[in-house]
Amino acid sequence: MTKPLYTLTLHDAITGMRAGDFTSVELTQALLDRIAAVDRAVNAYLTVTPERALEQAAQADAARRQGADAPLLGIPMAIKDVLSTEGVRTTCGSRILENYMPPFTATAVQRLQRAGMVMLGKTNTDEFAMGSSTENSAYFTTRNPWDLSRVPGGSSGGSGAAVAAQATLAALGTDTGGSVRLPASYCGVVGLKPSYGRVSRYGLIAYGSSLDQIGVLAKTVQDAALVLQVMAGHDGNDSTSLDLPVPDYRAGLDRGVQGLRVGIPQEYFIEGIQPEVEAAVKTAVAHLENLGAQIVPITLPNTEKALPVYYLVATAEASANLSRYDGVRFGYSAGADSILENYRESRGRGFGAEVKRRIMLGTYALSAGYYDAYYLKAQQVRTLIKQDFETAFETVDVIASPVAPTTAFRIGEKSGDPLSMYLMDVFTITLNLAGICGISVPCGSDNQGMPIGLQLIGPHLGEEAILRAAHAYEQTTNWHTQWATPETANV
Amino acid sequence: MHLTAAEVRHVADLARLELTEDEIALYTEQLSAILDYAESLQQVDTSHVAPTPYVLPSYNVMREDEPRPCLSNEAALANAPASANGFFKVRAVFEE
Repeated sequence: MTKPLYTLTLHDAITGMRAGDFTSVELTQALLDRIAAVDRAVNAYLTVTPERALEQAAQADAARRQGADAPLLGIPMAIKDVLSTEGVRTTCGSRILENYMPPFTATAVQRLQRAGMVMLGKTNTDEFAMGSSTENSAYFTTRNPWDLSRVPGGSSGGSGAAVAAQATLAALGTDTGGSVRLPASYCGVVGLKPSYGRVSRYGLIAYGSSLDQIGVLAKTVQDAALVLQVMAGHDGNDSTSLDLPVPDYRAGLDRGVQGLRVGIPQEYFIEGIQPEVEAAVKTAVAHLENLGAQIVPITLPNTEKALPVYYLVATAEASANLSRYDGVRFGYSAGADSILENYRESRGRGFGAEVKRRIMLGTYALSAGYYDAYYLKAQQVRTLIKQDFETAFETVDVIASPVAPTTAFRIGEKSGDPLSMYLMDVFTITLNLAGICGISVPCGSDNQGMPIGLQLIGPHLGEEAILRAAHAYEQTTNWHTQWATPETANV
Repeated sequence: MHLTAAEVRHVADLARLELTEDEIALYTEQLSAILDYAESLQQVDTSHVAPTPYVLPSYNVMREDEPRPCLSNEAALANAPASANGFFKVRAVFEE
């Protein structure tokens, strides 16, 4: 028997359709069947759009029969539910947007669609992308396909779990403090967070505007590079998207790591890190050295300040961004008698606990008398964190570290203690504060069989270097060939 | 840094959030803990450090001021909880 179509990589799927081995309708149906088989257990999808997907697949097949081709022609993908999709409900994992139908589509999604992508549906997320586990989704918690009693990571946990359960070929996520890389690490898939400004944020429902970036969750580094290629580039609808040429990300993938200088930051191997995580990442670094990379110890001295900086900057930006939910123009409205009461009640009832906690923290940090002590101070320390990386990248090409201090934790284990949950982001948020790029690539598993991710960090617009290093690592190890089997779990 | 329940109520008011008494008690405790954690920033000498509100080199992005296609009135109002005569409908801001 040949391999089921849902097990293909994106690259092999497009190659197979180009060769006429199967159609997009067959591939899309295989994935819809896979979703039906596993998603009752995994809960990766908030919304599945089977009719629309099969219609788009049929159109892709018709176009291909006419001789057309495109980088993603007929490729089924999933989209995180914080990205606007015209005519398909977009909830941000929040009750306040339970019935929201975007009147336009996010640029990144539109570019995938123009390249022929077939959308399978929208994936679960912590409410407004605020969280590290999907437990903050107002709808349900997504389960880790490797162990259904554990979280998939967050906030793009639905996208990570969908890829890991092979219930999509690839998925879009968003990363404000690690929300693509953490679920990739916890679920044992590839997660790419591009540099700030590389991908348009137009239509990404905002959380922290100076930190947010759209990224990719995929089965392989090559697949992630292919999706980035389609999304990247300037967009007149996002003034923060850079008007710079986009390199060919796949061209240099096979160049290997001979002579590549890989920095190892001592501050990312701290006390409290799970021993198996530290061991797996150090083994991965030794592997890169065997492949010809030059390992360079470095220091990023302001790392320990990144977490408080992040939770002041991100929440301040969130408190401003989320002021748009006023119960007037869209979203839930409590229908109170006065306009002020309607704001308070609509927001008080429409938002969940973590969103309210962050709005409160951000409002406090921006309020009269505290602005200098918290918000301004955080932005100044942010400068020091950014300078740490600029100094490091004078002597190294990429930096290697763990993605998170531990593997996936159990559902409910940290939900009562926000600070312990925030600590999961300690190795990922620094990149968002500095605006630089990073990728999580599977590099091992712990004694419970839970995946471990290696984070490779590049300078601003340094995607080619991290993709090349990640690809070299992946193609000479076999972690990417191992898959969870959620279909065998009793639900 | 220990917040009082009154301070938390004031912040909730600024943020236009209706909170229950239980939520006020919970956030008073949790926000105090998070702010305690953030106190470590005060030890960093930033007397000669410029803030980074935004990581890219700052510049103004301009375009020609010319009409472009936009949402129809119907599409713009499609998600409104209440609308009338092509407008968003709200309670009166100034009572007679």
